Amino acid sequence: MAEPTIYEISSEGRIGVRFPEPDVPRTDLPAGLERTTLPLPEVSELDVVRHFTHLSQLNFSIDGGLYPLGSCTMKYNPKINEDIARLPGFAFTHPLQPAETVQGNLALMYELQEYLKEISGLAAVSLQPAAGAHGEFTGVMIIKAYHDANGQTHRTKMLVPDSAHGTNPATSAMRGYEVVSVPSDSRGNIDLAALKELCSDTVAGLMLTNPNTLGLFEEHVVEVLDLIHGCGGLVYGDGANLNALLGVARPGDIGFDVMHFNLHKTFSTPHGGGGPGSGPVGVAEHLVDFLPGPNVVIAEEGSEDEAPLFDLAMPAQSIGRVKSFHGHFGMILRAFTYISMYGAEGMRQIAEHAVLNANYLLAKLHKTYHVPYDRICMHEFVMEGVFEDAPGVHALDIAKRLMDYKFHPPTNYFPLIVHEALMIEPTETENKQTLDQFAEALIKIAEEAHTQPDLLHSAPHITPIGRLDEVKAAKELVLCCWYPEQD
Amino acid sequence: MFIPHTDSEREEMLKEIGIGSLDELFTAVPKEFRFPKLNLPPALTEMEVLAELTELSSVNESTRELMCFLGAGAYNHYIPAAVDAIIQRGEFLTAYTPYQPEVSQGTLQAIFEYQSLIALLTGMEVSNASHYDGATAAAEAAVLAYHHFRGKRSRIVLSPAVNPQYRAVLRTYMSGYAGLEIVGDEAANSPFTTIEELAKLVDVNTSLVVVQYPDFFGRIQDLTAFAQKVHEAGALLTVVINPTALALLKTPGEFGADIVVGEGQPLGIPMSFGGPYLGLFATKKELVRKIAGRLVGETEDANGQRGYVLTLTAREQHIRREKATSNICTNQGLMALASAVYLSLLGKHGLRQVAELCYHKAHYAAEKIGQIAGFEVHTDGPFFHEFVVKTPAPVADINLHLLDHGILGGYDLGKDYPGLENHMLIAVTEMNTREEIDTLCEVLQEYNHG
Repeated sequence: MAEPTIYEISSEGRIGVRFPEPDVPRTDLPAGLERTTLPLPEVSELDVVRHFTHLSQLNFSIDGGLYPLGSCTMKYNPKINEDIARLPGFAFTHPLQPAETVQGNLALMYELQEYLKEISGLAAVSLQPAAGAHGEFTGVMIIKAYHDANGQTHRTKMLVPDSAHGTNPATSAMRGYEVVSVPSDSRGNIDLAALKELCSDTVAGLMLTNPNTLGLFEEHVVEVLDLIHGCGGLVYGDGANLNALLGVARPGDIGFDVMHFNLHKTFSTPHGGGGPGSGPVGVAEHLVDFLPGPNVVIAEEGSEDEAPLFDLAMPAQSIGRVKSFHGHFGMILRAFTYISMYGAEGMRQIAEHAVLNANYLLAKLHKTYHVPYDRICMHEFVMEGVFEDAPGVHALDIAKRLMDYKFHPPTNYFPLIVHEALMIEPTETENKQTLDQFAEALIKIAEEAHTQPDLLHSAPHITPIGRLDEVKAAKELVLCCWYPEQD
Repeated sequence: MFIPHTDSEREEMLKEIGIGSLDELFTAVPKEFRFPKLNLPPALTEMEVLAELTELSSVNESTRELMCFLGAGAYNHYIPAAVDAIIQRGEFLTAYTPYQPEVSQGTLQAIFEYQSLIALLTGMEVSNASHYDGATAAAEAAVLAYHHFRGKRSRIVLSPAVNPQYRAVLRTYMSGYAGLEIVGDEAANSPFTTIEELAKLVDVNTSLVVVQYPDFFGRIQDLTAFAQKVHEAGALLTVVINPTALALLKTPGEFGADIVVGEGQPLGIPMSFGGPYLGLFATKKELVRKIAGRLVGETEDANGQRGYVLTLTAREQHIRREKATSNICTNQGLMALASAVYLSLLGKHGLRQVAELCYHKAHYAAEKIGQIAGFEVHTDGPFFHEFVVKTPAPVADINLHLLDHGILGGYDLGKDYPGLENHMLIAVTEMNTREEIDTLCEVLQEYNHG
């Protein structure tokens, strides 16, 4: 039985929450501007709580089981993060309060800027961007602003590896860049010879995800950066896969000019069913003035017994504001909490165990599934969800069948350069027993693909609903519970 | 802690991989960069981190202690306990984007209901699954309009009475589109430019007109005739709204708006120093294929059971890559859920009650402040829950005085509008008691005499 919609359980005259009667005289409502009907549901508090509780029970979540979605870093989200974000001294501050009344907030934001600088080896950080894609947008704007400021307006091309996330080319196009795809070589690295060919004074930069979406560390990263810098371009680091590099290598040391962080991946802020994220951007010294703002600065140095005075300030040649206020403060609090609990050694342990877990699964699975780039991987790896001797079975079928074994499927059909891709990222918070069970399930499914392929084609069998008709959804386009005029 | 491995498990796993140590996993990283020493404070336990951050939070003066009359884009509203109880459920909190619909029906149906609630609240036909905040939603409207006219209309008309931060973000977003001109909100124009004057700027080269309702100064006006003029020029009209106000007021849909955007924070989301909030974006069905962001649609499975999926995904970056008109991916899922729970709980009666409380209390405050010598309330028409007060001294000075009395004063309009120095924007919500308003008035009066 499908859960009814909130409108379907509405009953005329029912009240959910009451508010006090006005303690001031009433004023006439504005003539001619008053709304006559307000088509919102009429339900009790229990109706609402039950309805949304029922809905929640239809979801798979990290709290419920392994969620090995490649490139999404679905690690455990510590519960203390939630408590910290709800401390009244933080949660009930208004974003436009005078700086002297929010020194606690500003101090914490300043510290997180410092932590992210330290972790990345970059010179300055803005916490403004709201998500990874928003961070990319900000970073690409910074690249453009830098070239424009140097009179390099002829740099019209952005190089993007063919293994990149879709946001990379989309972002570059939004900023007016011509997107040029760079092929990968047989080891999953950027094809250096092809890259050399593409380098010229029309190149604004390269957007590089490292480790890349195959889960592989770019073995020629130094040469790649040298080539781009050699032709006057800048290198953007997509921080989606930073989890593998914490305490292992700092993008700033390697020579990246600008990068974004995904606080909702690397630093454990919850994904929330698709957000909110948080995508701070870090830059090297030569780009500091172009950051968006305002960012937290020290207005007056502190002393031994007094904390410094913090304030918000706009960088000198800032690209401007990219969102309201000062970033996703609630996410900033959670990420700060997480980093505080790990410290420097903990950072490295995160990366080490994320990479250990991925390689352990890879070792268990590479004899059963074809792994096109079979070498030590970083925090994730990509295998093919297809078998030569079971031609009817696809990655999608394997993904759906995994649900019957109570695992969330891996990312599938991405990256595009791998045929029938299954991209697996276990993260460091999974224990060995869970990984063993997951590997066993995948091996069993491979067997089923040969012996009972129909079991895969008709999967999933134990979920609240079967495979859904996506064509019908797009054709009929029902995007709303009901329309008043139909009543 | 959060890494569960025991020493013996680690050994077994390394053995399975065929290597002797964790370090061997990182040989691809150039040696000179490998394993840098990070300078971070020592790790804290949960007990310690809670103590430290509780102490840090107490350095702030929050609206739990201060009487809040500050709005200007973020509002102090009551959030029923059930909202947080629902969004803290791990099944919602720790799920990802619902790309696998069979195991994500909870998130999908919740978004579908959110879309419905927002469409019905704004009087529009469709809503997307959210943008980052009100400002970025407004910017995405401009991007939509640009592509709607295939880049052939180069003018955007922006009312100076649109939230200054939204205008700033819209400008940042549109700076990448060559040949665009944004007019209407130049510093030389009066901040109180009428919509009749604004309409004169709309020509056949205009792609989009953006106005706010209630506007940044709290004022409300009928936009029917204005919408008609915008449409006569063939342009699209975007109305920036406050969702609480729409419980009381005619909808932008009734005026004929093409796109409605706004900040969803008033709908059950804590002020949290500016985020995460919720970007509302609703439009007409005819524009649905051009909007950015996720959309959830109703469909069914092979047994005819109703279910929900992400739909029209061919618009999005992960499919269209460089041909996509927006790069948005992660949005504000959990905040959209919070607002859906809030709108359901308050429902038809509760939201109207909140809006009326805001309206009556704001009018009471305006009436009383207007009676204080030296303070002048700008009332050139109806307003909702914010209003402009001309002050006898710089706003910052007055706010310092108010703070001494435990009051968070209004927004200093001089920060954004040259010519509006000594003008304060005061917001009143259901959270402000009559006693608080009376205290505000007494302290203002005292300032004047002091």
